[in-house]
Amino acid sequence: MRHKILATTAMAAVAVLTLSACSGGGEKPSTEGNGELQIEVPDIPMLGELGENESDVNIVAWSGFVEPAWSDEFTKETGCTVNRRVAGTSDEMVQLMRTGDYDLVSASGDASLRLIAGGDVQPLNLELIPSFGDDIVEGMKGQIYDTINGKSYGIPIGRGANILQYNSDVVTEEPTSWDVAWEKDSPYAGQVIAYDAPIYIADAAVYLMAHEPDLGIENPYALDEKQLAAAVELLKQQNEIVSEYWSDPAAQITSFAGGTTVLGTSWEVLRKLTEDDKFKSVLPEEGSTGWSDAWMLATEAKNPNCAYAWMDYASTPEVNGAIAMNFGMAPANAAFCETSDEAKVHCEYYNATNEEYFEKVWFWTTPIEQCIDGRPADEATCTNFQQWTDAWLSVKG
Amino acid sequence: MTRRTRIAGLLALPMTWLIGIYIFSLVMLLVTAFWVTDPFTSKVKPGFTLRNFEQLFINPAYLSTSVRTLGIALGVTVLSILIAVPLGIFMAKVAAPWLRALLAVAITLPLWAGYLVKVLAMRITFTKEGFFNWMLAPFGIEGPGFTLGTVVLTLTYLWLPYMAVPVYTAIRQLPPNLFDASADLGAGSWRTITTVVLPLIKPAIIAGSVFTFSLSLGDYLVARFVGGDTQMIGSVIASNINLNPPLAAAYSLVPIAFVVIYLVSVQRTGALERM
Repeated sequence: MRHKILATTAMAAVAVLTLSACSGGGEKPSTEGNGELQIEVPDIPMLGELGENESDVNIVAWSGFVEPAWSDEFTKETGCTVNRRVAGTSDEMVQLMRTGDYDLVSASGDASLRLIAGGDVQPLNLELIPSFGDDIVEGMKGQIYDTINGKSYGIPIGRGANILQYNSDVVTEEPTSWDVAWEKDSPYAGQVIAYDAPIYIADAAVYLMAHEPDLGIENPYALDEKQLAAAVELLKQQNEIVSEYWSDPAAQITSFAGGTTVLGTSWEVLRKLTEDDKFKSVLPEEGSTGWSDAWMLATEAKNPNCAYAWMDYASTPEVNGAIAMNFGMAPANAAFCETSDEAKVHCEYYNATNEEYFEKVWFWTTPIEQCIDGRPADEATCTNFQQWTDAWLSVKG
Repeated sequence: MTRRTRIAGLLALPMTWLIGIYIFSLVMLLVTAFWVTDPFTSKVKPGFTLRNFEQLFINPAYLSTSVRTLGIALGVTVLSILIAVPLGIFMAKVAAPWLRALLAVAITLPLWAGYLVKVLAMRITFTKEGFFNWMLAPFGIEGPGFTLGTVVLTLTYLWLPYMAVPVYTAIRQLPPNLFDASADLGAGSWRTITTVVLPLIKPAIIAGSVFTFSLSLGDYLVARFVGGDTQMIGSVIASNINLNPPLAAAYSLVPIAFVVIYLVSVQRTGALERM
């Protein structure tokens, strides 16, 4: 399925280029012909060439993405001082980018469509970023959440799956399915942890795709009202067996370490941080949601040259790898994996170049009214993120 | 300098603060409640809609969350009173001076630590393998874990000083001869407490309850860290503040309404005038 999306985005790129040449662009959101995605986005020109570096670059980033260990070197090379602001959630990132105070953001897929459609970020001129080369892993090129209408808005940083983590002291047999986290009769009822955000609705949708095919869910981020209602129903069922919801990573770790929780949704890096081998993880057969981050450049960036310099610098195998190692994710630049034995181990652990692994992962994407699974607009309307937010509220009641 | 300019000079800073910053920002927040949010980009645009308020009534989760939060705030207040009054009487009238000083330090001690530190401390105490369960295990009892009850306990832990300090001060100020008179007239300790002490310290209790009640109403981190699946008004506002600020603003009127109703009803008792 993801291959299909890749292929269709690529085709969309070509189709849109031709179309926009004829019509001048700006058409309403529509799915043309074979179902590729077109979204009406503000027309923002991309930078043609670089100029002199400014003295600063202001970055909104996930914790661990911008550290002195590599940003100091950048300042030495380019003269751009890096000012970092750490954001806790995607929603916070979107709000911060709209203040106009920042040049760059390390946006995840659930934020990027909102930023692009809101005109908050500008298309990128890949020719000005030589480090974005052939080594970028296949699965992170031209994804729906950073490439719209054939224009690239994001430079991939890394990715990861939302795995099923479990305490092997209690869960002695490795689970193969998410059913232990969703079904009423789970042997671990009352000890299940769930993610606390509207985007978690997609996790329910992934489970329903495998277990209730009659609902016809093709993409967990393209749910019509009926499908959304089914996902919320499943989440309410899970609410009965949930011990805790987590949005704060520290809370998630203490929940597992303190014994309150024995299994539930997690990130590889959190499992590592529990610092105990009894906590194991698995990507169940249904697949899972996941996240994929990319640098995005503010439309009104005050320091575009330093920002381009940073994107180029951060995409080199060494720096991209350092970020990935520090955060605990699969790096976007596969060349990093060949730089050392340590790098090789890291890439293997996080399945960096294992596209087969990530084929089962549905990366976070902002749900929008237009069904991104290819259903034409006159047949189906999907639920938007605002509806997901309202729906999420009713899960916890 | 005329009298008028002197008064103006005296009030300049507090009034700038009160009107310019405090009231203005609050009004700005409430105005957003009538604005609209773009469903796709979640951008906020000025406009006029009552849809945000309509949402509060359509989605039953808002009502149940409001009721739950109100119950939590009342529970915390009652629990604080139940702890503060006997403690205050003991400290003021029974305890030796050294013990009184020790208890005064113990009550205010939690105020020395940061808010988040206290919440996380409670979180660690209440985990399954935490202190609470470890202590109760020999008796075959399992602790509450992360539930609504834990939220009430933790909030009481956080806000108790705001109740205990005014109550203790009020009891300390009661003239000893009132107790003597009460005893001379043949009242036992219980009778003295209910007919002499409680009516006299009522203003202090109400003053304390304004803190415990309104602070609990607005809290959201406690529910997040020790609440398990407990949802409070604050947690809903927090999760909407980035996604849908107008809705968050509309919902923030609910705790404001609760506090206003509470203040009006205690004002009727005349207690606020003596605060």
